[in-house]
Amino acid sequence: MTDETRLSARGLVKRYGQVTALDGADFDLRAGEVLAVIGDNGAGKTTLIKALTGAITPDAGLITLDGRRVRFRTPLDARRAGIETVYQELALAPALDIPTNMFLGRELRRKGVLGSVFRMLDKPRMRAEAARHMAELQIGLRSLSSAVENLSGGQRQGVAVARAAAWARHVVIMDEPTAALGVRESAQVLDLIGRVRDRGLPVVLISHNMPHVFEIADRIHIQRLGRRVALVGKDDYSMPEVVAIMTGALRVEDSAAVVVDEAAAEAAGVADR
Amino acid sequence: MTSSIKMAPPEPMSTAGPSAWGRLLNFSTLGPLAALVLACVYFSLQTDRFLTGPNFSLILQQVMVVGTLAIGQTLVILTAGIDLSNGAIMGFGSIVMTKFAVDGGMPPLVAILLGIAVCGAFGLANGMLVTRIKLPPFIVTLGMLNIAFALTHIYSNEETITKLPPMLTALGRTFDIGGTRVTYGTLVAIGMFLVFAFVLSQTAWGRRVYATGNNPEATRLTGVPTRRILLSVYTVAGLVYGVAALLLVARTGVGDPKAGQTENLESITAVVIGGTSLFGGRGAVLGTLIGALIVGVFRNGLQLTGVQPIYQILITGVLVILAVAVDQISRRRNR
Repeated sequence: MTDETRLSARGLVKRYGQVTALDGADFDLRAGEVLAVIGDNGAGKTTLIKALTGAITPDAGLITLDGRRVRFRTPLDARRAGIETVYQELALAPALDIPTNMFLGRELRRKGVLGSVFRMLDKPRMRAEAARHMAELQIGLRSLSSAVENLSGGQRQGVAVARAAAWARHVVIMDEPTAALGVRESAQVLDLIGRVRDRGLPVVLISHNMPHVFEIADRIHIQRLGRRVALVGKDDYSMPEVVAIMTGALRVEDSAAVVVDEAAAEAAGVADR
Repeated sequence: MTSSIKMAPPEPMSTAGPSAWGRLLNFSTLGPLAALVLACVYFSLQTDRFLTGPNFSLILQQVMVVGTLAIGQTLVILTAGIDLSNGAIMGFGSIVMTKFAVDGGMPPLVAILLGIAVCGAFGLANGMLVTRIKLPPFIVTLGMLNIAFALTHIYSNEETITKLPPMLTALGRTFDIGGTRVTYGTLVAIGMFLVFAFVLSQTAWGRRVYATGNNPEATRLTGVPTRRILLSVYTVAGLVYGVAALLLVARTGVGDPKAGQTENLESITAVVIGGTSLFGGRGAVLGTLIGALIVGVFRNGLQLTGVQPIYQILITGVLVILAVAVDQISRRRNR
């Protein structure tokens, strides 16, 4: 793992009328890490991720990818720049099979006249490539030709993650990938996230689930009131402390936690630090 | 043993039980095909006039205009839309091509191409209204049905156009296959079915049409320009209606302003009986061919066995409801 920064943002601002969703938010993602983004509802984590993936355009601030300034106007811009997103609502076409879903929008055509004149798809090659991507992430399936709707929730998440990992050149962003899954399937998906990282792709993980965050993340970005209030290593603070920072009971100053709200800190069980 | 957990569950895939049934039902053209074969067997046993070359040629001729319209209808329904205007667009197209050739004195080929282009323009207009103003396809095509119907009557002055140049009716001519006369129009229609079967299953555009109908938001998020896909679907459908207009003119030998008034619902019937889901993203154009043939075979067979025409309509109604019910139930099993 290196300290090289892949994706970063400085001073992002986004206002919706009277509401300030982002109030000078910063963001930093290093090569080869899993960065968890946590924050209460309304802390601006969704808006932050939308800005990083081109779903919205920030009013102010700048985003850099591998040191170069980027401006994403649409999600397609971000995708072209090598940032792939796994959406919470699983952006798959349920009636279609795995290779079709994996190559949707990036279909491979046959070589020669069949491809150039008759626009014929190279189904065998798409199938083989899909099988290879699934195998690389150790996602085992009985059949690639079954419709996605016939898969379990975890397997579907696996297809979505494999698609993102297959196309992402720089970053994979996952929005609550375990939210709809049971215990066992969540464990499988967390494992999958680790394998994506081990292949060298940094992963941004948005999650409400603290145990999942602490299990898989290398660093934790804590978002509060439209800003990043802390960027901490997983082992720097305990889970209750991180939650206390998220809710504003603790504040991080000079990499030490300071109690802001005694009662709240006590309630969170972190008062005697 | 590795520390990583494999995604493959040791037990069979959770849907393996019900999906044996579900997959069979979901294999959308298999059911309609079985129904078609059963209907043919039944009518062959009822009357020996049914299973003859000339009778089948007749069924094909009767079915092909609606069948061609139903190709365009299939495209639209695959995107979870519906097209009520296709019969009226075809009617207007047939008046345009015949009037341009007869009254306008244009070369027949030019008149034909302009007629098809006018139908394509109607499709484009449907597509623009659906994608730009985001009106529901039902409303857009209902409006377009009335507009095309009115234009047909205004432009034709309610007069049937006769004395067509031979080229306009060329597809009504026949050739011989083993003693049976088959029209060239039948060949054109079957060729169109094969072309669209290929395009829908073997090209990126085809897969994107399915994906757009199946989950538009997910498809958009993968970077597919879904609005452009929709626009192209309505435009291509319009052009297909133009070909149907030519087949209609060739079959009837005139430009008839009263044509095309019931074909919209008949084409939807063929699509639905053929196993394509009204919810979009599921189905096949060859199913539509089978659906059109089922309607044609029932109509013909009941006629030959002396059943009153009104019962043909009754049975068609039952078939439509049955087809949609099978679609619903098979999808519920797959959940």
